[in-house]
Amino acid sequence: MGELKLMKGNEALAEAAIRYGADAYFGYPITPQSEVIEYLSEQNPYERTGMVVLQAESELAAINMVYGAGASGKRVMTSSSSPGVCLKQEGLAYIAGAEVPCVFADVVRGGPGLGTIQPSQADYFQNTKGGGNGDYRNIVLAPASVQEMCDFVALGFDLAFKYRMAACILSDGAIGQMMEKVVLPDQKPRMTDEEIKAKYPWAINGRKNGTQHRIITSLDLDSAKMEEHNIHLQKKYKEIEEKEVRYEMINCDDAEYVFVAYGSSARIAQKSVQLGREAGLKVGLLRPITLWPYPTKAIDALIKKGVKGFLSVELSCGQMIEDVRLACNGRVKAEHFGRVGGIIHTPEEVLEAMKKQIIGE
Amino acid sequence: MTVQDIIKPENLVYQKSKLLTNKPFHYCPGCGHGTVHRIIAEVLEELGVGDKTIGVSPVGCAVMAYDYFDVDFAEAAHGRAPAVATGIKRVWPDKVVFSYQGDGDLAAIGTCETIHTCNRGENITMIFVNNGIYGMTGGQMAPTTLEGMKTATTPYGRKATLPAGAGFDGIPNNGYPLHITELIARLPGTKYVTRQAVYDPAHVRNAKKAIRKAFENQINGKSGVNFVEIVSNCNSNWKMEPVAANKWLVENMLPEYPLGDIKVDGKLVEK
Amino acid sequence: MTEEIIIAGFGGQGVLSMGKILAYSGIMEGKEVSWMPSYGPEMRGGTANVTVIVSDERVCSPIINAFDTAVILNQQSLDKFESKVKPGGYLLYDPNGITKKPTRKDIHIYTIEGAQLASDMGNSKVFNMIILGAFLKLRPIIDDKNVEEGLRHSLPERAHKLIPLNMEAVKVGKDNVKQA
Ligand SMILES: Cc1ncc(C[n+]2csc(CCOP(=O)(O)OP(=O)(O)O)c2C)c(N)n1
Ligand code: SF4
Ligand SMILES: [Mg+2]
Repeated sequence: MGELKLMKGNEALAEAAIRYGADAYFGYPITPQSEVIEYLSEQNPYERTGMVVLQAESELAAINMVYGAGASGKRVMTSSSSPGVCLKQEGLAYIAGAEVPCVFADVVRGGPGLGTIQPSQADYFQNTKGGGNGDYRNIVLAPASVQEMCDFVALGFDLAFKYRMAACILSDGAIGQMMEKVVLPDQKPRMTDEEIKAKYPWAINGRKNGTQHRIITSLDLDSAKMEEHNIHLQKKYKEIEEKEVRYEMINCDDAEYVFVAYGSSARIAQKSVQLGREAGLKVGLLRPITLWPYPTKAIDALIKKGVKGFLSVELSCGQMIEDVRLACNGRVKAEHFGRVGGIIHTPEEVLEAMKKQIIGE
Repeated sequence: MTVQDIIKPENLVYQKSKLLTNKPFHYCPGCGHGTVHRIIAEVLEELGVGDKTIGVSPVGCAVMAYDYFDVDFAEAAHGRAPAVATGIKRVWPDKVVFSYQGDGDLAAIGTCETIHTCNRGENITMIFVNNGIYGMTGGQMAPTTLEGMKTATTPYGRKATLPAGAGFDGIPNNGYPLHITELIARLPGTKYVTRQAVYDPAHVRNAKKAIRKAFENQINGKSGVNFVEIVSNCNSNWKMEPVAANKWLVENMLPEYPLGDIKVDGKLVEK
Repeated sequence: MTEEIIIAGFGGQGVLSMGKILAYSGIMEGKEVSWMPSYGPEMRGGTANVTVIVSDERVCSPIINAFDTAVILNQQSLDKFESKVKPGGYLLYDPNGITKKPTRKDIHIYTIEGAQLASDMGNSKVFNMIILGAFLKLRPIIDDKNVEEGLRHSLPERAHKLIPLNMEAVKVGKDNVKQA
């Protein structure tokens, strides 16, 4: 077993990046995720592993530093919180178009605009539907614990490099700020320059004499080629939808009514399931771990098994509910419940909402 | 004298500006932001422009400046206050428009807006509170942080460069303290550029005069940006008592950021 | 067993580190724990608080609105959290600097002269451990040997020589908690 520690989610994310052998982190302070760059600065990873850590002048600069370093085949990460992630959207669209692998974390706070620094899940649209321009997707992983904040760094990098795209760790202020036990992985070595050159022939790190130069770009003026490029991207996304869906089911085997919730809300809904079961209700929880690709088929399977209704529990005014409804396609009832503005719903009110909005009298 | 005597109108020697609301400042005791607010409000009151002033607050500790000034206010995104102020001033050219920003807001994320607003010579007043740190977010490095200064993101002290490595005789690290005020003073679009402080009464008086001039220029139709930097403190994140913070400011900040006018009536001041 | 605790006072009183030691001790006791600080500009004005949950089962939300126990170290925090203690719960406070005492009748109220006792011990730094001791006397959820282990984990190596002094402070806290 690895090292057991009590850590904040933000610190676990940072430590995991060092231990994964990440090459660089570029970031800009913002509450509630400033601990990521603070922890990295304090740990001096440049001395520990040679990992570069840089405080950029803005999120806009940070994501473009990621674009540059990622294009060269290095493993790079950035993190921010909601208003900062807005500024990253331009870069993320370029990263998608140019197929640059990278990991970014959004430790979500309430909006719109400056909003509140308290936890929220209202960046679901921004991250799963793509806030930048064009037809693109980012893989979105939703940690529900400090342990997953740590584990999803490795998973994110693996997926990002497998598919040459951005992987988002979509967390929130509660998971970022809270301390919990976490078992840390062992330190992995950073890849050598030779290993990078051998493994990622697309990366721009100086071409070999006599070989074709490589170009990282999202642009093509030739419409036919641009269409081809878009079709290529869509094929990649399709493959991910087939292969990379991840979720967890709790008490769903005999469930008639199911909560759908991710991250912080899933922890609360899990308690609601327990309370519901104690009261004799056949309730369960579907916890999407990938928010894109979405576990649409899991919802479909639950309906086929007899689930009569879903309650999407989110710290938002109702965003993921759209994906739940798409999956239900009108066959069963699907409603949303959630508190916003930094208020976190209680397990009791979540269960009450299930009774009122879905189960009925 | 009884309390009743003391509070008689004829015994009044000083009062809070009418352009400040009754809301208590949320600033840490000893912070310069409160003093800067006060003198801005006094200047606006003395100039009689409370009903035609529009302020733009930053993202930083002064984000809620709108709660304290009894004038119309907009709150901008982080770093964008000069653009928001430009938008207002262009469509209401006869109003008195000012932005109020910290060093992270004005000189890091908002550098682009700062430079271009100054370069266009917008007829606004820009107030820049330089405390060498990100106060609001808990004391991270700002572009103005002094070399060697410890912050949450430079826990071992800001180092502009690291020693030799990677084939270079130095590796770029956190860069150098950014003198944005000197930079924008070089732009033809700035009319009045000055650096002041508020750590003692004499300097508060000077700073007030400067702020007054920066507003008068705008009101009198002198074109161009009027830019007042205030070298201030952040005792909380500098982790000092207020008095010690002001002493530290004099000994460390002022040598790096010397006080005085940098540009007057569109002309650089010869030093 | 689930114990939901708020610890609140001035920044600099060791509120957050006391919470962290409690949480680490909980882990050593084999419990599930969460530690959630107040964060951001909420701290302007100098107050700090932390919610610690120690439980036999996985903690669902680290942010809660009602507490089994409130450990209160200044007046502002007393004003804010007295009403948030669950009926039948505990309120432990240091009377030093408290001008308006708690008034509720449906909770157990205790005091600990932490500041005074720390100065009697000749070390103001052990203040928060005295408070922790008082808390553990009222809510014996963690064994002393696990508190010692918790300290070992949350203090940096160079401070380990101070563990006996800290455990002494815990004992002083336990011995001096008084019903209000
Ligand atoms: C896009 C975006 N990025 C980051 C932040 C977080 N943030 C809020 S204030 C601030 C810096 C404030 O520092 P400064 O401008 O120096 O003002 P001070 O608090 O020191 O007066 C930052 C980084 C934000 N609100 N929005
Ligand atoms: S944190 Fe610093 S800048 Fe902000 S109010 Fe406190 S002293 Fe002032
Ligand atoms: Mg500042």
